[in-house]
Amino acid sequence: MRSYFRQRTMQSAISLFGLVVLVFFLARLTGNPTDLLLPVDTPLAVREEFAARHGFDQPMLVQFGRYLLDLLQFDFGESLRDGRPALQMVLQAFPTTLLLSFWAMLISLVIAIVTGSIAAWRPGGVFDRIASLISLAGASIPNFWIAIVGVLVFSVWLRALPTSGTGTPWHWIMPVTVLFVRPCGVLTQVVRSSMIDALASPYVKTARARGVRSRVVIFGHALRNAMLPVVTVAGDQAAGMVNGAVIAETVFGFPGIGKLMIDSIMFRDFAVIQAAVMVTAVAIFVLNILIDLAYALLDPRVRHG
Amino acid sequence: MSDMTHPTAAAKPPREHALAEAFLMLWRDKFAFLSACFLLLVVIAALFGPSLLPDQALQMNLRGRNAPPFELERGWLYILGADNMGRSLLARLVIGSRYTLMIAGSAVVLALVVGTILGLIAGYRQGRIATIILRGADILMSFPSLLLALIVLFVLAPSVGNVVLVLALSRVPVYLRTCRAEVLEIRERQFVKAAKVLGASHARIVFLHILPNVVPTLMTLATLEFAAVMLSESSLSFLGLGVQAPAVTWGLMVADGRGYLASAWWLSFWPGVAISLTAISANLMANWIRTATDPAQRWRLEKRTRA
Amino acid sequence: MTGHLLEVENLSVRFHSRGKIVDAVRSVSWHLDRGETLAILGESGSGKSVSASAVMGLIDTPPGEILSGSIRFDGRGILGLSAKDQRELNGRRIAMIFQDTLAALNPVHTLGHQISESMTAHGIPAERARTRAIELLARVGIPEPERRFNEYPHQFSGGQRQRVMIAAAIAMEPDVLIADEPTSALDVTVQAGILKLLKELQAENGMGILMITHDLGVVAEIADRVVVMSQGEVVEQGPLAEVLGAPRHAYTRRLLEAVPGRHGYPAARDLSSEALIEIRGLSKYYGVSAGVLKTPTGREIKALDDVSLTLNKGEVLGVVGESGSGKTTLVNTLLGLVDPTKGEVLYRGKSMLGPGNREIARNVQVVFQDPTASLNPRMKVGRIIAEPWAIHRGVLPRAEWPRRVAELLEQVGLRPEHADRYPHQFSGGQRQRIAIARALALKPEVIICDEAVSALDVSIQAQVIQLLKDLRRDHGLSYLFIAHDLPVVRDFADRTIVMQGGRIVESGITAEIFEHPRHPYTQKLLASRPVEERMRGHITEPAE
Repeated sequence: MRSYFRQRTMQSAISLFGLVVLVFFLARLTGNPTDLLLPVDTPLAVREEFAARHGFDQPMLVQFGRYLLDLLQFDFGESLRDGRPALQMVLQAFPTTLLLSFWAMLISLVIAIVTGSIAAWRPGGVFDRIASLISLAGASIPNFWIAIVGVLVFSVWLRALPTSGTGTPWHWIMPVTVLFVRPCGVLTQVVRSSMIDALASPYVKTARARGVRSRVVIFGHALRNAMLPVVTVAGDQAAGMVNGAVIAETVFGFPGIGKLMIDSIMFRDFAVIQAAVMVTAVAIFVLNILIDLAYALLDPRVRHG
Repeated sequence: MSDMTHPTAAAKPPREHALAEAFLMLWRDKFAFLSACFLLLVVIAALFGPSLLPDQALQMNLRGRNAPPFELERGWLYILGADNMGRSLLARLVIGSRYTLMIAGSAVVLALVVGTILGLIAGYRQGRIATIILRGADILMSFPSLLLALIVLFVLAPSVGNVVLVLALSRVPVYLRTCRAEVLEIRERQFVKAAKVLGASHARIVFLHILPNVVPTLMTLATLEFAAVMLSESSLSFLGLGVQAPAVTWGLMVADGRGYLASAWWLSFWPGVAISLTAISANLMANWIRTATDPAQRWRLEKRTRA
Repeated sequence: MTGHLLEVENLSVRFHSRGKIVDAVRSVSWHLDRGETLAILGESGSGKSVSASAVMGLIDTPPGEILSGSIRFDGRGILGLSAKDQRELNGRRIAMIFQDTLAALNPVHTLGHQISESMTAHGIPAERARTRAIELLARVGIPEPERRFNEYPHQFSGGQRQRVMIAAAIAMEPDVLIADEPTSALDVTVQAGILKLLKELQAENGMGILMITHDLGVVAEIADRVVVMSQGEVVEQGPLAEVLGAPRHAYTRRLLEAVPGRHGYPAARDLSSEALIEIRGLSKYYGVSAGVLKTPTGREIKALDDVSLTLNKGEVLGVVGESGSGKTTLVNTLLGLVDPTKGEVLYRGKSMLGPGNREIARNVQVVFQDPTASLNPRMKVGRIIAEPWAIHRGVLPRAEWPRRVAELLEQVGLRPEHADRYPHQFSGGQRQRIAIARALALKPEVIICDEAVSALDVSIQAQVIQLLKDLRRDHGLSYLFIAHDLPVVRDFADRTIVMQGGRIVESGITAEIFEHPRHPYTQKLLASRPVEERMRGHITEPAE
């Protein structure tokens, strides 16, 4: 198991490094990084001074080394907007997004496991058909549209929920909803199909032949195995939470990392974008390791592999 | 027991029968049938709509600004209402379908082709090339697609071409991994071994023996992916990172309508409905294709017969 | 009614599946008493395990539907019991073991847990269940039971897993043990061990055993009485000696007729000494590597170790070995799919290994084990058979292909119009015929049969072997006939080679090997499959 774990961590680390390289070269693709890092109307003299100070006149390899060094010291540069260190801004926004994603993921998983399992109990039955259609719709309806319809119905028409801010729990209802619908739809489908497979498996038959209670058969044998693919997909969905967070935070003016990224793009604030991407990438790196751990805990074949 | 000369299955139907059979199988799954009809309608709108309604989508009509839906006094074109410049929403949806479908379709095809080729290479030839390809896919897969799109479209201008490129790039790993996994499984099957023993060339093995067995899976995947890519494109457009006006996509229309939510909800509502219905239909179609191309599942769609 | 322990009467079960209605069994009746073993014998699709599933309450309705019949256990009707009552019965009074042990055991629970569960499910306290489970593991022959109690299914071999399944089944000392093809996936020597264990356990606690199998050898070994099933119906039942000795039903007779090795050894023929294939000192070692960086450990696995053999013109050479014997590596090396570590393979004195041997390779063709897997499902039969000509341009002009395909199809007992169909439209035996037709397309001198009949039902097996015999007669073919089991080669191979652990342990004239095996492993193999000896006791020699 230790070697499996080391291998997976190594892979994630390579991916992370790949992203670092990608961001660096993308930033240089446009020719002069000062175009990215400075406001559009900066005078030429200031640009040159800036370029010299940050070593942009040096050879590419030297620049790359410097860039890596800065990264290792968590120095992403300063924000164009208010001159604060980019990393500080990102770390300030990060907990909000994390909390938002946590609630959305928790709700998704609970609903998906309950609904998917019940649907799998009688495949093709009334409950299964309804659940399948709703989960398919949940996975297909764009989340920004859910956000807008939500605002329209609950804020504009019913005046029941606030449209922006984070003050009260009421503020969290719509963003969390927007965020959980799609993963919930996807996960419900996965739970359903892997639960159908598990319930039809020979080991469930064996357990029944041993006289094991239905409750133990379903939860101890079938669901336990059905969770394996679910963990993998849930990991992907959790990593993809950023996608939804960008939308939800933009629409509901939520001060998270997603909104920060979009605002920074509008201001062409490259240092902040870079910092936000890197912090997100590290978070996903940690998430992937946690998922691998969970998987190994659930599956002894991986543990001994 | 009777192994000798008794064919076990009915004779293979001629080609026109096969088409009719496919249609019947579609008809039997009502959801899939409706989805197919809707997708057909959208494709027709995208293909012919813009030439049939060249002016209506641009024609401003200040008296019809934000005209509400379901009123026929301005003609059937205004059944879904009008936008803030009095342009028919229905006409704009039809015009928008072209870009929306074109971008999603091109990205899917591009990703499919590139991903399949790389997947065939990575699956059939093991070694350094395969490792490099897989590591590249890992990097692309380990980060949310929107994050990649964000950086790329920030650096490069968000033109139609770049949007397609970014969407395709982020989806290549999906095909690559699926294709590789299938190839790894199929290349160990005995018919491939049999072909090798006969002395078949690599090209023959890959294109005649492996690829035809991978295609059904990839087709199902591409249909599913179409929905996913269209949603991604809409998200990008909604965030202002996708194609820019004057081009119209459904995602952009939702974004444009946001400011009028309190006064004219239909501006954002209808394009969202269009996106949702198209995505749901594509997903339902993908399920149907999966069932129809799987010999072990196909019976669900065939006529019920007594054995 | 008489007081049988378990009695099934007039049971009819129908399944609604795949859009079709399948009558799985029709009016099936049998009974089982304490201390006796009843075998239900049938080929695939005969419905042989359906009544056992009904006994265990494992037929889900829908898709199943029990049309008629009754099942009595210990004088009580048990068909359609409530789930709770069925649970009381299952595992405690009637236990069951299955064929595919890797699938039938839950991969995420320890084996100890799964054995204990058989007891805790019936109210035994966990601590006592644990103690008893360790005793049981020791009883079924698992070494170090304390330690292995906490291990998972994938850490055990197939034979050990079956022993663990048996341990879980006998935990509550049931009155009846139902064994559904318990040994079919196992090597013959392992199989013999399992059957022996079952017999011992039966002697200890007097349970009735219901053995469901397709294998006459297993029936002859263990059964007291036999029920023969075909296409959902019981065609014959009675005491073992009666059914095997004087079969009344035509199906049983055909089945017995098809048992390999019933017709004595092949007549001694004048074999030419013209060597077609010569293998000299062939070895294949695999290095064992470990860790993330796949560093070689210096250890080596000898998949093939100094193997030499000769196949003469017109000869059938049987190669027999269990899993891990190296027979698969031998075939792969012969076919050029694996490069040997040492040694050479000659065809008519020229090396078959390395590039530039396409012309030589043409003369050596192969038929694989699984006819379903060896035909490309997306190609029509005609194209499959013509593929050799597409690869070896110039052998046959394209215009000639359809005519020649038709000829080949007829030669293997199919019809010309079958060229237009896809492989899935044929039965297993027919597919193997298609594979043989493809092998014949290049008019080879040698055909390597890599377990070519192992996946087929016994009756189909006999037909395919007959076809191979006819083809040898008509075309002067030579066969290298690889098998995992001795009986199949008995009446077909002129000479036989026995392999174990990558080495040839014994070789000689087939009759010699069977009558006077010298190597202990050959003796063990023969002893594990006493089918001929048993059946010789039961069956009157067919009048010929």
